[in-house]
Parts: sequence; C-alpha cells; structure tokens
Amino acid sequence: MSAAVQEAGGYNFAYLDEATKRMIRRAILKGLAIPGHQIPFGAREMPLPYGWGTGGIQVTASVLGPRDRLKVIDQGADDTTNAVSIRRFFQRVAGVKVTTRTAEATVIQTRHRIPERPLTEGQVLVFQVPMPEPLFRLEPRLAETRRLHALGDYSLAQLRLYEDIARQGETGSSYNHPVMVNGRYLMSPSPIPGYDNPKLHRSAAILLFGAGREKKIYAVPPWTEVSSLDFDDHPFRPMLAAAPCAFCGSRDSYKDEIVSDDRGGRVFVCSDTDHCRENQR
Amino acid sequence: MKPGFHDPVLDAQACFRAAMEAMARPGRVQEIVPPEGIPNALDPAAAALLLTLVDADTPFWTDAGEETRGWIAFHCGAPLVPPGDAAFAVVTGALPPLSLFREGTDEAPQDGTTVILQLRHLVPGEGWRLLGPGIETEHRLRVDGLPEGFATSWDARRAAFPRGVDLFLCAGTRFAALPRTVRIEEHG
Repeated sequence: MSAAVQEAGGYNFAYLDEATKRMIRRAILKGLAIPGHQIPFGAREMPLPYGWGTGGIQVTASVLGPRDRLKVIDQGADDTTNAVSIRRFFQRVAGVKVTTRTAEATVIQTRHRIPERPLTEGQVLVFQVPMPEPLFRLEPRLAETRRLHALGDYSLAQLRLYEDIARQGETGSSYNHPVMVNGRYLMSPSPIPGYDNPKLHRSAAILLFGAGREKKIYAVPPWTEVSSLDFDDHPFRPMLAAAPCAFCGSRDSYKDEIVSDDRGGRVFVCSDTDHCRENQR
Repeated sequence: MKPGFHDPVLDAQACFRAAMEAMARPGRVQEIVPPEGIPNALDPAAAALLLTLVDADTPFWTDAGEETRGWIAFHCGAPLVPPGDAAFAVVTGALPPLSLFREGTDEAPQDGTTVILQLRHLVPGEGWRLLGPGIETEHRLRVDGLPEGFATSWDARRAAFPRGVDLFLCAGTRFAALPRTVRIEEHG
C-alpha cells in the first residue's frame, strides 16, 4: 500500500468495544459448531451504511489481531470504493498490515467473490452477506423459515429449482445459488457467482459469514461438505464466460464483462484482480 | 484480586483466535498465553477461555469452589445458575452426564451449553480417531481424565443434532475443542 494511513486515536483496537466482540466471538464459535446454521447477534451501528458490509466488518473486527494481514475485495477487485474504504478503516482503527495479494493475507474480507487462488489453512475468509436467509423469497415469515430449518424441510427450495428447470431448462440463479452444508442446513452462500460455489466445498480455510442489517452470523468449518442444491438428472452447472481474459488470457477464471467503446464493443477481464496480475507476471 | 489478562484486548483476541481454530479443527491442540493471578482450581487455558468468552450476558455454572466462583464473578460478571440454565459451564472435577446441560432447541441449537472441561493430559497424534466437519481426513487425540464410556455416550447424543453441547478440553495452557458435529472412534 503506497498511501500512508494515520492510525486513529480514541478507539478500541479494531473499533468495536470488548463486550460486542465477545458476543460476536461466541456467535462465531457456535456457528462453527453448527455448520450453516444462522446465529442471531446484536449487530451494532457501524460508521458506514447497511449494505456496505457492516456484518462482514463486525466479524472481521472481532477476529482481527495485530499480527494479521488483511485483504479486502469487492467483486474480486482490491481497488473498488468499498474495498478501499474497509481496508483503510482497519488500517486506521486497528493498525493492521494490509495486502492485495491473496497468498499473503491471513484474513480476507470479501463481497461476492472467492479468490481464484486456493485458500490455505492459515486463512480466514469473511463474507459480507446482504440476505442470510436462503428461503427469503419463498417464505417471507422468519418464524416459519426458522421452523423449516429446524425440520430440515427444504421442499420449497427444491420446488423453486424444479420450476426454474421446467420453465427455462436450467436453474434461474447465476449467483447466490443455495447450498446444503454438511448435508443438514440450507445456506445462502451470499451473492457469489455459481462459479464460486464449488470452492466452498472442503475449503482449507475457515469461512465466516456476517449479515449486519439482518443481524445473523453463520460459518462453515474447513473441509466441510458443501453441495449446491440440484437434482440428480439436472446437476448444478456453474456458468463461465467463453472468452479469455483480455489482460492475462486466462480461460478458467471468472470474468467481468466490460463495455470497451460506444459501438457495442465488449471485452472480458478477470474479476479477481490479484489473480490477473499474477497471471500477467 | 489479581489482574486477569496482561493485555485485556489483545490477549483476549489471541485466545479467541486459538478457540476459533480449536472449534474449526476439532481435536487440534492449541496453546494460550496464561493469564495472571488465576485461582488454584483453574487451568490457565480454562481461565483464558472464561476471560475471553464469558460476561454478564452468559449465565454460568461450575463445580469449583468459592475462590473460582468469586474470580469469575469479579472478572466476567457472569451470574451463577443451575447447570441446566448455563450458557457456559466450567467442570474442574469429574464430568457429570452431559444431559445435565442444556442442548438448545431445534430452532435455536446455539443455546446449547459450552462446557469447559479440565483434564489431566491432551496428547495429539494418538488415541481417539476424530472425524467430521473441520477435519481433512482424521485428527487423533488422546484424552486422559474422561469417564469410562464417554465416547459411546457422545456418539449416542449426536443423534440429537443440531441440538447438543460443545466441549473445550483444557490441560494446563493447552486446549482442544469437540464441537457437537465431531465423531469419535475409540479404536481405529
């Protein structure tokens, strides 16, 4: 990082007070003990609006220590507004070292992507989650969704999948495709592309999910079975742009489509900026 | 009354990270920086976990004596309750039946008690074969000081999932965790 960021005085380490951190830490531990189950927590007001990653920030603040190296990505990129603001926030209130390189990071906060480079045992991935309830569009009553999770009754989600396939010949969701965790809980993977869903399966890293507005925390321990919801005769097939990356030429990474001129020209580039930079080396 | 953590903020963070690693990788033994001035009945690891996780929001139960109760009341401010109402339990003597503790409900399984248990020894790399989420192939852990038949009764209780209790096993400055998802094979 080139720009020096001055540490802000007058705040506790990593902004949150210790009682709040303890509450969030207890929720994280129970989340790891019950993979995929949403744990309610008392989300605090943060110095940025809901929808900007308040849940992820609170989880990161409770996990982060002075020896960590933090990476923040927004749709795979280290240099977008959301990623830059959150990175600077933790530089100021926790004085932690930051990085844009996936390989160097110990804690990675992410909005809607999982890095292309396989994660390792020493890493923690923190997801920003807008809507933690995978049954939200199918059953609006939270009391009822809690009961359905308790019973493990996910027929609504199966039915939705069936209707999508019957109408369109394929599942309608290219992102935020629900997953079954350890064969028990249906879980929202947060709005990551379907392409990233397989990376949740038996990941070496600890996966933590924080939803600030909805006040829920959930987790997937390492090496846990995670499968995308599908049918035997219609297996889950993530979509991937057919074109290679315009910068690095990669064919197997997830791409963003970019309008390149005003005559309808388009190029595809890697969404993971660190991965693209490494490929170009 | 002696202080707890030397640095209440950063020591609690370090202990939590060890606890998170322990819970995420069942049976993997973690090490903590011991707090100062802890009561005789408490292992440093158990005391550190209490300072890190327990406060006025978490009713607790313990089989330990007056000194330990007073220490927890002073440092954590947690109310003492019967074991069936406790969010955290600290067991310094023989482990009572796990059915003594609350296991949460199917809708709120997170209300299950976290039991912090003190043992004689934790030896990684031998003994029990542990399987389940958080474990790549298998973790091995030898535990000295649990009642006879613990592994069998643990396995029987797993049928209640998602309800259940989660264990921290402490020995000196070391600890490991057994979340309710873990499968224990005694002879493997």
